[in-house]
Amino acid sequence: MNSLILRTVAPFLTALMLLFSVFVLLRGHNEPGGGFIGGLIAASALAIYGIANGVSAVRKALWFHPMSISAFGLFLACVAGFLSMAFAVPFMTGLWVYPVVLGVEVALSTVMLFDIGVYLVVVGAIISIALAMEGREGEGP
Amino acid sequence: MMSTFLVFCLPFLGALVAPALTRRLGHNAAWPLALVPFGIFLHFLGFNAEIARGEVVTGGYAWVPAYNVSFSWLIDGLSLAFLSLISGIGTLIVLYAGGYLKGHPHQGRFFSFILIFMGAMLGLVASDSFLMLFVFWELTSIASFLLIGFDHEREAARRAALQALVVTSGGGLFLLAGLLILWNVTDVTQLSLLLSYGEEVRASPFYLAIFFLILGGAFTKSAQFPFHFWLPNAMEAPTPVSAYLHSATMVKAGVYLLMRLNPVLGGTPAWETVLPALGGLTLLVGGVLAIRQTDLKLMLAYTTVASLGLLVLLTGFGTEKALAAAALYLVAHSLFKGALFMVAGILDHEAGSRDVTRLAGLRRAMPVTFAAAVLAALSMSGLPPFFGFLAKEEVYAALSGGSLRALAFTAAAVVGNGLMIAVAFAVALKPFLGPVVMAPGSRHEAENLHEAPLLLWFGPLALAVKGLAIGIFAGFTHAVLTSPLASAIAGKPETVSASAVPHVGAALVLSLVTLAFGVLVYLGLARARAAAGRLVEDIGWGPDRGFDQAMRGLLAFSVAVTRFVQPGRMGVYMTATFLAIALALLLPPALYGEWPDLPLWPAGVPFHELAIMALALLGVGAVLAANNRLTAILALGIQGFCVAVIFLLFGAPDLAFTQFMVETLSVVILTLVMTRLKLTPRDHRPFGRKIADAAVAIACGLGFSLYLLKVVQGRFDTALTDFFNLYARTIAHGSNVVNVIIVDFRGTDTLGEIAVVMITGLAILSLIRIRKGRAAAGAEREANP
Amino acid sequence: MTELLFVILIGLFFAAAVYLMLSKFLVRVLLGVVLLGNAVNLLLFTAGRILREVPPIIPAGHDVPVALTANPLPQALILTAIVISFSFFAFLLVLVYRAYQDLGTDDANEMRVAEPENTPGPPTGY
Repeated sequence: MNSLILRTVAPFLTALMLLFSVFVLLRGHNEPGGGFIGGLIAASALAIYGIANGVSAVRKALWFHPMSISAFGLFLACVAGFLSMAFAVPFMTGLWVYPVVLGVEVALSTVMLFDIGVYLVVVGAIISIALAMEGREGEGP
Repeated sequence: MMSTFLVFCLPFLGALVAPALTRRLGHNAAWPLALVPFGIFLHFLGFNAEIARGEVVTGGYAWVPAYNVSFSWLIDGLSLAFLSLISGIGTLIVLYAGGYLKGHPHQGRFFSFILIFMGAMLGLVASDSFLMLFVFWELTSIASFLLIGFDHEREAARRAALQALVVTSGGGLFLLAGLLILWNVTDVTQLSLLLSYGEEVRASPFYLAIFFLILGGAFTKSAQFPFHFWLPNAMEAPTPVSAYLHSATMVKAGVYLLMRLNPVLGGTPAWETVLPALGGLTLLVGGVLAIRQTDLKLMLAYTTVASLGLLVLLTGFGTEKALAAAALYLVAHSLFKGALFMVAGILDHEAGSRDVTRLAGLRRAMPVTFAAAVLAALSMSGLPPFFGFLAKEEVYAALSGGSLRALAFTAAAVVGNGLMIAVAFAVALKPFLGPVVMAPGSRHEAENLHEAPLLLWFGPLALAVKGLAIGIFAGFTHAVLTSPLASAIAGKPETVSASAVPHVGAALVLSLVTLAFGVLVYLGLARARAAAGRLVEDIGWGPDRGFDQAMRGLLAFSVAVTRFVQPGRMGVYMTATFLAIALALLLPPALYGEWPDLPLWPAGVPFHELAIMALALLGVGAVLAANNRLTAILALGIQGFCVAVIFLLFGAPDLAFTQFMVETLSVVILTLVMTRLKLTPRDHRPFGRKIADAAVAIACGLGFSLYLLKVVQGRFDTALTDFFNLYARTIAHGSNVVNVIIVDFRGTDTLGEIAVVMITGLAILSLIRIRKGRAAAGAEREANP
Repeated sequence: MTELLFVILIGLFFAAAVYLMLSKFLVRVLLGVVLLGNAVNLLLFTAGRILREVPPIIPAGHDVPVALTANPLPQALILTAIVISFSFFAFLLVLVYRAYQDLGTDDANEMRVAEPENTPGPPTGY
């Protein structure tokens, strides 16, 4: 789609949306949001970038193949599940630690790891679908 | 008990090693393999003393206790007679097959099949549990199928094999149904226990059902009219099979079953009418059809049909004498018919023809075969002192009586036996007497014609001699074999006392009449054959042709059903699916009158809620009516965003955001793809079709609405919701209950769902890559033609 | 009884979805599938009972929701369902697209590569 305005705005818009998606992801446990929504927002951001600057630009920006991102997300989600085994509790039991970083108590948990996994799976799978559609004949994934 | 169990397994083990053994030893593998049935024969010989005393040997192991199925055996006079026949004749058949199929590339396979059959047949006659009997029953059908179709390259053999399988295993299904009803009525599955339930079964309202179902099994297996047609066709099998399965053993399984169940089912008017009537009819039909044939094996096959008819007649006749006669005839028939079949096979093998009109004068070249043929034929003709004579005398003694019924059956037996005598002479004398006539194209010149090798003539001679020996030593035979056999059939102690010495009486007169009739027919064989042929042609249609018609009909029917159920049109499948859904939703409340209560229009609904719902419906309507792609996509987007707003308005912000994002992405992707598809989403359906589809759609929508209304009017169980609300913060440390459910409480579920999302991504990529790969291949083809 | 509104809305959604899916043109079937997904989501949502404007979020400083909130369970089910039905929709879209590229039609009745018209019956011999 050849539009000067879109091409100019797209990188900023994408960056902002990606930032927003991470924000939505992280606050998801206590406010509306979470991995699914965050992932969809990030995927939309990259899709916009793809429409403005072409599929190959997105691929270059992503660095990794979208499906690899997706697979890594699934891996993280599984790790989050299996971590509980090390503590002899059932699969997928949530584990929490509260380290103090720079004087602020940060809540870290396997649940959050799992949500990040969901985020990555959704981003990877949906952006690879979107890129496959955006890509012209012959210019595939 | 262990040894008997192993003996029942032995044939199957033999079948396992037979191909390897034959590969190594060639046709001489027959010798070691014959040890299998011979060993079994010797094992059961050891039971003779016990059985002769009137005892019963039982044993076995539980197999499926829940269904009362056990691998158990019941060996009484009846079983033992069959076991001895199967293993004894089996020994000779294995040897005979060694000579008959010498050099055949699949001889090992043949031995294997024969041994499998032997194991199944032994199991059939020895099983105590009648569910096991059924299993073995069908196994013999399958073995018979494999053996008839042994020369599978000939279409006739394939057809005969299929026909035999369809008829006998189809009958087996009737048998199963009958046995299951019997099980329900008596609550036992053991034949040994069943024998004491005779009264109960005969008085049961299901008696006739049991009777006819079991008859369906027995009559198809034992080739009774009108199911007789498969047996002559089964002569497509190699001759050892015809001699073993289709004369001596398998076809008697039906007779065995009737004899076995005689104490349970017998003695009723139905039993004593249907069995003798159909048996007598089979006897006559078999006799007439046998006369008509010129092929040795077919002649013998039809006399086998006749003999089976006679056996059924005797089993159902209802007197103790008749049962004794059946026992004698059963043994005699197995011996002489097995021998004659093997003789026919030798003639085919050595002289190159089975046509009785093209064989003559072979007595000098093949004296041993001739001797075996004559001995067997004399037994078949019922001349003293052969065992066949005892049987025939007993038959006449049993049937003769003052009543009209007895007279009718005696007449049938005389005619049938006379025809069989003619056939016996035709088979045993015609090819051997007179000047030498060689079949054209036979494998030997007349002067080179010689006696068959030992492996071939040993079997028929042994059987024929045995038929003579047990006739001469009748007293001993009765003690160890026929008396226990008759007792088992009758269900109470019986003594058979027929002797080989003729004694003056009605039976002897009838025998003489029969013999005279038989000789007369034999002398005028050509004319009799022509007359029988005319008779059959006048009738024209026969069950054999009927079988072909039935199979064609079945095929046409299944093709029609397939075409109807799977027309290959998506509209039909979809309509059927949604019609079923609509009926599933609407029928139950209609049938049980459980419609939801009529709701009141809700008061105080804010305007914006109504507006957003109206907008959503407007979007849906626009999708339906859209005439170009962009309108359709836009309309789809509108309804999607409206749904998102609805979620937002009713306390589900998470859903709203997700729905917003998904709708955005959907619209983007749809636009991307649709601009490349040169398609319009216009509704192309003709008007009538539109009405029909709309009716289905409205029925579905109405169904879902009513269903949902009923649901929301019911009581709402909040247990799960309360659980999640209570523990979201206290245990899972999260305030957003929805998110906590997704990533924590039901995390495993979500794990599966993200895996699905990822797999969809992979599937889409591969779909697109296939195209790329194919395009590349096409380009390559163009580059290098 | 606000549910009545939803009941009517959902019935119409279902009817429209089914009507679209009964078409032989795959593009229309696809649109029908999307509508069907929304209809099912709304069905689940309504079956969990409707409550206005109170998201199931526990206020700070409390351990359990203080007021009556919307039912979180159907929401959790629907949230994953939305994402999955989107993936499914994308898959179908690509399938239709690829079918159109290879077969040159989106009429399901003209796609007869696997089951050609006038297939001969099975052999009748033995």
